Amino acid sequence: MAEATLEHDAVQHGLPGAYEAPLFGAYSKKVGMWLFLASDSLTFGALLFAFSYNRIYTNPWPTPFHAESIANATVMTACLLSSSLTMVLGVFAAQRHDRAWTRNWLFATMIFGTAFIVLHGMEWSKLIGEGLTVPGFMSLLGVSAPSSSGELAEISKNVPQFPQAFFGLTAMHMLHVTIGVIYLGVIAFRKWFLPALALIWIACAFLIPAGNVFHYPVHVLGLGLLLAAIIVFLKPKDYDAHDVEVCGLYWHFVDLVWMFIFPLVYLMSTKVS
Amino acid sequence: MHDVATAHDDSKGQYFWVWGALLVLTAIEVVLGYKQVFSPVRMLEVLLILSVIKSALIIGYFMHLKFETALMRWLLVMSVVACFIIMYFFFFPDADRVQPPPNGVGIVQGS
Repeated sequence: MAEATLEHDAVQHGLPGAYEAPLFGAYSKKVGMWLFLASDSLTFGALLFAFSYNRIYTNPWPTPFHAESIANATVMTACLLSSSLTMVLGVFAAQRHDRAWTRNWLFATMIFGTAFIVLHGMEWSKLIGEGLTVPGFMSLLGVSAPSSSGELAEISKNVPQFPQAFFGLTAMHMLHVTIGVIYLGVIAFRKWFLPALALIWIACAFLIPAGNVFHYPVHVLGLGLLLAAIIVFLKPKDYDAHDVEVCGLYWHFVDLVWMFIFPLVYLMSTKVS
Repeated sequence: MHDVATAHDDSKGQYFWVWGALLVLTAIEVVLGYKQVFSPVRMLEVLLILSVIKSALIIGYFMHLKFETALMRWLLVMSVVACFIIMYFFFFPDADRVQPPPNGVGIVQGS
């Protein structure tokens, strides 16, 4: 295995005209991202505590996830873990100033992230089709009438805490993954990513049928496109190794949060057949 | 004059080991969850311990916190952990509150 070195810029102080070393020995973008991630971990922490509260408070807690759902969630977990590895390799490539491999590894990370979103979206659609809904909320999204009978419909009726907690937590995480994929795209491809994102957005808007839960939420891609365009045109620079590393911190955080959602939400609600 | 450099040498190989360890821990979680070898509360404890180990690997190696300065490491970890401890004491005493079930049927709390 080839050896590689991670090097951060050394900052010297005590020299005339030199600036003082930062408190944390790291550049400001990285410290800023860590502070954001610390605050975001409290958001997810509160949601996970709320989920656990419901889990303890409600007895019997529904166990709707059969082997198929667990297998799907396990593949999603493997996608995210693998994406973290490709992200690390991307950071290494950026620090070697190897632009081609930086782009390749970031693109691989985006592929794993997109696979996660697609698998999660398919699972959501399946669960909603079988009757797992948040009463009142689904009609706002224009979701076609799901099954009103069956195990999941009964859960929605008798234990509404379950779909509320499940959809709330996983939707928040899915939004973070989507933002992460757009962030990676901007870092890897800069302005060339914008037309690709626009095409994906338009294609999704036309291909996702009106009754599907993602028919309206897919326009978050349009919002992402707008924000990415503003950022790229305000700072049309070639993103360096520091930018790739900071982007990587965000991506690993998304992976980290899933390491708690997967066991708490899925494995603690497994149905043994 | 002194350097405030955060340079360190590490090989790519260790990241593959960490990735492998994370996959193995995930497989253990899935087997435990699907076989349901423990009671729900014990299962929650075991899964949370495994998740904390996995998150420590991700934060330490993939996010490189292990290689940051001690001040940054401790300040970040302790502040977040302190907030989680406060949340724990805020939420969980109430979760076990025993209330009579509505109409005597359905949801039973605190058992």
